[in-house]
Amino acid sequence: MSRSRIYFFTLLIIFFSCPASVTMASGLSSIRDTSMSLPSWDMLMRVFLLKDYNTRVVMFGTMSLGLAAGVIGTMMLLRKRALMGDALSHATLPGIGLAFIIMIQFGGSGKYLPGLLLGASVSGAIGLGCIMAIRHWTRLKEDAAMGIVLSVFFGLGIAILGIIQKMQTGQASGLQSFIYGKTAAMLAQDAKIIALVALLIVAICSLMFKELKLLCFDATFAQSQGWPIFFLDAIIMALIIIVTVIGLQAVGLILMIALLVIPPAAARFWTEKLLPMILIAAGIGAASGFAGAAFSALLPRLPAGAIIVVVASVIFALSLLFGTARGVVHRLIDHTKLSRKVAQQNLLRALFERSEGSRSLSEQNLSANASAASTSFKRLLLARSWSPRKLRRTIRHAISRQLVRARQYNHFSLTSNGLAEARRVVRNHRLWELYLINHADIAPSHVDRGADELEHILGPSMVDELLELLAVKHPELAMPPSPHVINSRSAAARAERHRSKTGSAKRT
Amino acid sequence: MNTEPLDQKPATASSQTSASTSAPHSVRVATGDEHPVTSPLSVHDMTVAYHRKPVLWDVDFDAPAGSLIGMIGPNGAGKSTLLKAALDLIPKASGRVMVYGKPYRQQRHLVGYVPQRESVDWDFPVNALDVVAMGLYRRIGWCRLVSRRHKQDAMDALEQVGMADFAKRQISQLSGGQQQRVFLARALVQDASLYLMDEPFAGVDASTEIAIVNILQKLREAGKTVLVVHHDLHTVRDYFDYVILLNMRIVAHGPTDEVFTPENLKKTYGGRLTLLDRAAHAMARQGET
Amino acid sequence: MDWTTLDTWIVITGVLSAMSCALIGNFLVLRKMSMMGDAISHAVLPGLAVAFLISGSRGSITMFVGAAIAGLLTALFTQWIHKFGKVEESAAMGVTFTALFAIGLILIVRGADSIDLDPGCVLYGAIELVPLDMVTFLGFTCPQAVWILGCVLLINILFTLLLYKELRLTCFDPALATTLGINANVMHYVTMTLVAITTVASFESVGSILVIAMLIVPAAAAHLLTNRYGLMLALSMIFAATSAALGHISAITVPTWFGFADTSTAGMIAVVAGLLFSLVMLFAPHQGILSKIWHQLRLSLRIASEDILGKLYRLEEATSDQPTYTQAVAIPANKWINRLARMDLSRTRKITREQNAYRLTEQGRNVARQLVRSHRLWESYVAKHFDLNVDHLHDSAERTEHYITQTMQQEMIEELRHVQTDPHGKKIPNQQSDEANSNKKGRKA
Repeated sequence: MSRSRIYFFTLLIIFFSCPASVTMASGLSSIRDTSMSLPSWDMLMRVFLLKDYNTRVVMFGTMSLGLAAGVIGTMMLLRKRALMGDALSHATLPGIGLAFIIMIQFGGSGKYLPGLLLGASVSGAIGLGCIMAIRHWTRLKEDAAMGIVLSVFFGLGIAILGIIQKMQTGQASGLQSFIYGKTAAMLAQDAKIIALVALLIVAICSLMFKELKLLCFDATFAQSQGWPIFFLDAIIMALIIIVTVIGLQAVGLILMIALLVIPPAAARFWTEKLLPMILIAAGIGAASGFAGAAFSALLPRLPAGAIIVVVASVIFALSLLFGTARGVVHRLIDHTKLSRKVAQQNLLRALFERSEGSRSLSEQNLSANASAASTSFKRLLLARSWSPRKLRRTIRHAISRQLVRARQYNHFSLTSNGLAEARRVVRNHRLWELYLINHADIAPSHVDRGADELEHILGPSMVDELLELLAVKHPELAMPPSPHVINSRSAAARAERHRSKTGSAKRT
Repeated sequence: MNTEPLDQKPATASSQTSASTSAPHSVRVATGDEHPVTSPLSVHDMTVAYHRKPVLWDVDFDAPAGSLIGMIGPNGAGKSTLLKAALDLIPKASGRVMVYGKPYRQQRHLVGYVPQRESVDWDFPVNALDVVAMGLYRRIGWCRLVSRRHKQDAMDALEQVGMADFAKRQISQLSGGQQQRVFLARALVQDASLYLMDEPFAGVDASTEIAIVNILQKLREAGKTVLVVHHDLHTVRDYFDYVILLNMRIVAHGPTDEVFTPENLKKTYGGRLTLLDRAAHAMARQGET
Repeated sequence: MDWTTLDTWIVITGVLSAMSCALIGNFLVLRKMSMMGDAISHAVLPGLAVAFLISGSRGSITMFVGAAIAGLLTALFTQWIHKFGKVEESAAMGVTFTALFAIGLILIVRGADSIDLDPGCVLYGAIELVPLDMVTFLGFTCPQAVWILGCVLLINILFTLLLYKELRLTCFDPALATTLGINANVMHYVTMTLVAITTVASFESVGSILVIAMLIVPAAAAHLLTNRYGLMLALSMIFAATSAALGHISAITVPTWFGFADTSTAGMIAVVAGLLFSLVMLFAPHQGILSKIWHQLRLSLRIASEDILGKLYRLEEATSDQPTYTQAVAIPANKWINRLARMDLSRTRKITREQNAYRLTEQGRNVARQLVRSHRLWESYVAKHFDLNVDHLHDSAERTEHYITQTMQQEMIEELRHVQTDPHGKKIPNQQSDEANSNKKGRKA
């Protein structure tokens, strides 16, 4: 049994546990409070323990919806069609209106949900067809095609709704809810339909997981392999239309796009793998659905669809900041760590090179020299173009890690630990310099700078590779001498540049 | 959903391959009508147009079996276009392409394609092993899962390109050269007989380039045919034993020693034939408006 | 249909709002950011709501400021999420505007008790109510919305005129614009602010959602009609004004045809714009679908006719020097395009018919000679430059011969050093017939 299949079973189990939890918690429907006052503790408990039948139904519906939208939304996002859902959801409105009118004309109830959904699907599909036709036949790009279809179809929908409102059948009121959703009005039957459709979507996506993954990653390759990419794209689009249509009631057509885009975009910050991304997106979708339904049960006068979306956006914002894979804070910390490491290594190298002097020394001499000799703060400052504050911070850090020890006032030397570390750093640095000179045609005088940037991230395997590469020319690689003169002139020149930049201090 | 059994017989495919590759070279045919079944890739009078504007004119060649072929030409010469048209990714205005004597549609399992590295989004949430496994999807078939055996195959392919240590790495964390090796592994895992590679050396470091060339040479030793879109003129002589010089048309093609001459290069890189450009323009203009 | 002054005011409001939107929408379409217009028109909602809660009235300056801030924030957030979160731009846009829209919706519903702002009204407008809110300014009484929209239209026109060439450059090539000292980024944000302001001004009349119809559809239609920037701006405004006027008229007439009452003007404006767009898409002189099909047909006909002429010429050449009637079999009449081509050739007297056989007229022979000349010159040219076998030359020439002009023939002649025969050894015909040539020579002599 492969790992991905296990993931899917988990997903299915989560999915089926939703209705189970609903049926398990028994209880009669109770009267909901309609005042705007803050909910009491009792209310909170009642909502979160799912004691209320209506709340259970609504939660079940919105959670299934969020889950389904998260799954198919991930595919949509990765196929780079994020706004297609927006256009399609707007394009469903005329279908809903026409289906309503037709059902009324045939003497039925205008609000028979499967009928409305059928109308919405047909009109969404026509909208998609129009987008493709405009793109194919005119020079307009996809963005304009989507804008045109979105707005014209929505306008048509509004016009049809305008007609319906004046039809005096007394049924029209509910149709408005398709635009911004009316979660609280969800019936058990509606919730069941949503759950069924969600199940369908999860099933199709798990069956065709491999195909959809290939399509989203590399459609050209898929096509060259003979996969019918048009058909696969059509499946994604059809699923998007379906999930949009069932979501109309819960969050409304304008906000449906949010459920398709936000959870997958948020999930991306937490993982670098597709399957976990889908699961997380489904989870975020379901969580938003749950929270939205809960809030709307507590504060019934707020539009639940909007609350679902706001919850999802908050999760998105948190993910953007704190996501473990690509979150901003995570990346910032990485960046800071790296720059601290770089500064640390630069300090060690500066101390080492000071003690080494310009002559190449024997091993023992070198070690003795390095641990004995101390370098003044001023000299260190001149060694690189760093600000006094940064240098002081770096030194403090190095002292706390027992790599450097402070001698007399403002003089520093390497500890034995520090010496070992410094040797490694300097070795990497010089190996890299040699590599650049021998293999990248860089003049020795320019090499220091290039080495500075890359030596810090050389892994052990790369060091080995470098050694192998250079072994032919330089048999003495235990500690290669610097390929360029570590002259105080170049350091002084650098310091000079730095000084003229900062415009401070005097010459030594 | 479990409908068509695609690609039923990988086993027969490979046997066919060995049969065809062992046949003697056939460099060119005298008339357009007899196509040698032995040529891994024969392109016949192929013209390709983007929006009715021809970008490739009357391309006609037979790739010799078991050779490493370099396709060389300036930017916009239609090198990638040629590969894509051969793979039915873009429509041909005229002409036909035969893979081992049959249309490409029937011979997909014999062809491994390495697209340009820039053609995909490397931020995509998959790891290197997943990408390589994609080369097996066709063999695995609709709605089936990737089994452990397939994963092992993919792993072996990664091993071949020296990327086994990076199998679980997310692809955006790989360097350009490593990404290219992953793409190469995806083609290798298909165990094809003909490989079409679109700029596999673009933006890769020197060591990757050497590694890729070694792999290509191994492929040739195994009797496979490899067609590589290539940029760097310095290395052509070292890498390829057959070259196709292309600039909207085939300027010359043949064994490297004969064809890769300063004179031919001058023809290839010395600008387009103005009349071709103008005829292409006239076709585009009159066809469009 | 009862037309009242109310209807007049409604039409005026609609036209003004449509024109201001269309003008600014051109830059969205040209910069391929149509969906940004959609995003902003959704996202101004919280700005509106907050401003509304603060000031408590419509049409106030606060509302414009609020909307402008919301519009700018949409553009900025989209950029930030795209840049810092490494999220694809369209997805970033989707996240931003839906989140803002949801917040706006909550604010409006929460505040609905205290203020007179109905979400439905914001979303799809209440243009029918516009004339009820009349103000007198400078002794001139008209609806407040007309005043506001007039000002916004003026601002947009001024913006466009003052930055005419800068805008054109940033639309065409933002990178070049930046190197020339025009900050494309600043232009972008200024445009987005204007989109937001226009959206707010229009939200009462067409609703914040349908603003997108007026932003995108007229500009897209104009883009299909012309390649000229200035003309495109003008056309889009005319197009928008027409849709607004027709939209209101159809809103009060069309539903009555089917036995329904009238319907939402805002919706119908978008529908009419859509219909006009599809008309443009079909009938535009160069970009239109019909025009493309028509040109395609004409081209196919020309190629078929030329193929017939060429065939007859070659037959004449092969049989004898004396032109004879050729059997109809020579002209494949199985395809309708060939039959059409034959009819056309007879009509223009390039071929004559005798029973079932055809013959070239002198006029037809001249055309055919040019064609065969092109064909054989091209074969020679290809043979010289291409690495092709002789028997592969024909197909290429067959395709290309129809597009070769006199000057191209001349160039080939010069490059090929005045060849007389093609690679197959056939004679390349001269410009004029041999008799004409010999006549000329005779006269000279």
